[in-house]
Amino acid sequence: MFKTKALIRLTFLAALVAWVILAFADITVLYSDMRSLPSDLPHWLPRFTLDLYIIALFYYYKFKVERDDNLNFTDLLWKVFATGLIATVVSLSVRLVLYLLGSTKLATNILFMDFVYQINLALFINFLLAAYTAWKRLILYQKTKWLVRAWVVFEALLLGILIYDSIHFSISPSVTTAVIALISLLGLVLSANMRWVAYLNFKQKWTSLLLLLLTIFYLVYFFYTVLISSDSIREQTTAFVPFQDHVFNIALIAFVLTYITFSFLVILFNLPTSSVFEQKLEEVVNFQRISQSIQTEQNEESVYNILLESSVNSVFADAAWLEMRSSLQGGKLFTYKISETETVAIKEHLEKNNVKGALVQSSDKTKNLSKYLGSMKNSRFRSLLSFPIIVKDENIGTLALLKEVPDGFNKEMTRIVSTFANQAGISIENFRLMEEAFQNARYKEELKIAKTVQRSLLPTKLEQDNDFEIVAFSESADEVGGDYYDTLRINDHEVALIIADVSGKGTTAAFHMSQMKGIFHSLAQQAPNPRDFMSKANRALVYCLERGSFISATYFVIDTQTKTIHYSRAGHCPVLLYRASTGVAEFLKDKGTALGMVRSHDYPNYVENNSVSYCPGDVMLLYTDGITESKNRKGEEFGGERLMKVIQENAEKSSREIEESVIKSLYEFSGSDDIDDDYTAMTVKFR
Amino acid sequence: MVHIKRLQENGADIVAIIGEIDASSSIELDLAIAKSVGEGYKKILVDCSALEYISSAGLGVFMSYIEELRDKNVAFVLFGLKEKVLNTFSILGLADLLKIATGKEDAMKLANELSV
Repeated sequence: MFKTKALIRLTFLAALVAWVILAFADITVLYSDMRSLPSDLPHWLPRFTLDLYIIALFYYYKFKVERDDNLNFTDLLWKVFATGLIATVVSLSVRLVLYLLGSTKLATNILFMDFVYQINLALFINFLLAAYTAWKRLILYQKTKWLVRAWVVFEALLLGILIYDSIHFSISPSVTTAVIALISLLGLVLSANMRWVAYLNFKQKWTSLLLLLLTIFYLVYFFYTVLISSDSIREQTTAFVPFQDHVFNIALIAFVLTYITFSFLVILFNLPTSSVFEQKLEEVVNFQRISQSIQTEQNEESVYNILLESSVNSVFADAAWLEMRSSLQGGKLFTYKISETETVAIKEHLEKNNVKGALVQSSDKTKNLSKYLGSMKNSRFRSLLSFPIIVKDENIGTLALLKEVPDGFNKEMTRIVSTFANQAGISIENFRLMEEAFQNARYKEELKIAKTVQRSLLPTKLEQDNDFEIVAFSESADEVGGDYYDTLRINDHEVALIIADVSGKGTTAAFHMSQMKGIFHSLAQQAPNPRDFMSKANRALVYCLERGSFISATYFVIDTQTKTIHYSRAGHCPVLLYRASTGVAEFLKDKGTALGMVRSHDYPNYVENNSVSYCPGDVMLLYTDGITESKNRKGEEFGGERLMKVIQENAEKSSREIEESVIKSLYEFSGSDDIDDDYTAMTVKFR
Repeated sequence: MVHIKRLQENGADIVAIIGEIDASSSIELDLAIAKSVGEGYKKILVDCSALEYISSAGLGVFMSYIEELRDKNVAFVLFGLKEKVLNTFSILGLADLLKIATGKEDAMKLANELSV
């Protein structure tokens, strides 16, 4: 950045210095010529400094204009115009000074005249180079490889001419003519590149026309001024070399004038069609808006609004409505410059005339319904076009466009709006898919939380005693289940145990599980008999469980003093008890209804108090139905028999080893590592 | 997957459940029973002879109607339960809360007795 700025300043300074030397040298040359004095300065100096001036300015504009990416086309033209304006103002003020001087001696002095001429020429060349640089940018807009090459050749030729001018190196006239012809041809070919004009909107075109016109005016003014003064100087002295003798100057003027004339004419002739181009551009933008709306907009409604707006704008409709069908809310109507009553009237009219079109839900064809509108009285509209909006092969709505003139819609318009409607359909579909994905993600997140909660509700440490050891495990499938187990020491000889299975899954199951935990911890401390525990728990749960959910549970109190297990079963899987004395395991079958099933006070009638005694070596297995209902590939259930066998075969081992053998045989049976239910078991080994 | 059929016989509404009842299909069962109760039948028989499996959610559906049926004096009888299904009912203690008969004839008889 700094470097460019410095270069701009440096080149400008160089141009200034070159010009000062040029003016001085030229005047000196003229003076010595007039006085017929041998000149101290070589004759080539003015020419050489002129070249330097041109090259320095060329680079000045190159850095200043060519590298500036922020300029749009009108800005560029404005820059040229502004340069012209300043140059003209300076030139006019010089004229004013001359006018004020009148026909004094100074004014007619040839040296002074030369000085004024030099000023004007410098301003003219400056202006020409500014224009040249701007034209270069315009020509090379959307450049191709060939265009760039042609331009390089053109510029090289111009440089060649410049050098040729100053060193007076004479080549055969035919070569000169060929070069001139080539450069003219190239200039003409390059001047035909007007792609930028197409990108101007209507207003910009007018601005450009004005700017170009004024620029032409300045060019003509300068050309005329410089020409007049050079002629008047030439009349007096032969040493003077007028600018016309520089082929470069002529080439530059010709090129700049040609391009400006071309541009002016092209813009002028493009004016009537510019609205079409603008419209096309707007269509593209609208199209983009619809397809992008899904990322930026938060709801379907904005997609509908954009669709309505875009369609109306692109076909110049006088009014429109968009009707979205929705099974839940009965549909929505978006209108544009039309009242709802009018909409309803038109629809009713069409219905009366038995018109099958996109306005009818079942139809999915775009239809021009204008002819049916003709028979409708009291309606300002004479053209009607309707489009279906389709999402996943389902017609979700209709777009209707209206015009006050008859036959207001052509095929082209139908095609455009059709594309809009399709794109809107895609946008809405994407939007819905995204919504679904969000919901799924949220649901998954919720499950994760529920699972964590459920995990944290299970005890990390279980009560142990000299009389028994307890181990437990619980594994759940992806879905959160509601298996719960816990232990609590009531006093030095009594320990309470619970195993429960909450109906349902997910967050509700985890929630009920936490209620069960609360009930267990508060009730068990009061040491009720197991049946009382169940009836109290039932009464408490009736108020929390919703209709249809229940908790199956078994509650145990192990009394080490009397070596007795007191228990009550409320709809839970019967406990498996292994007797070391007989070597047989059996299920303790008894009566008991799950918690939450009976909501009245007669629940105690549905549960029992049971007791069994235990001896060292006995094993008690508490489990949930996930284990017995676990299926293998053939669809057979693991069942109680297998469980019984596993316990009988491993009863001699420690509780941990018994548990491991249960898990092992379970996984061997199901034949996979993926479980489809919750496995929970608590093993109590007496000693 | 479940398929539920309803047919009327001797003033009783017979709801036949064909297939398995799990958490998602329990909604269909709920709807069928609600319809039957809503239509004012005083005798509702549930044919479980083609019921292969019932999950706790399905049992919850039956459970949730117990009180309403008692209040409305509706005779509600299940029949033709397979051993496995019956086992599920009895473990949970639902067998004590619901009337369960072996065959259709028994069920009809039981329903007639109850609605007297």
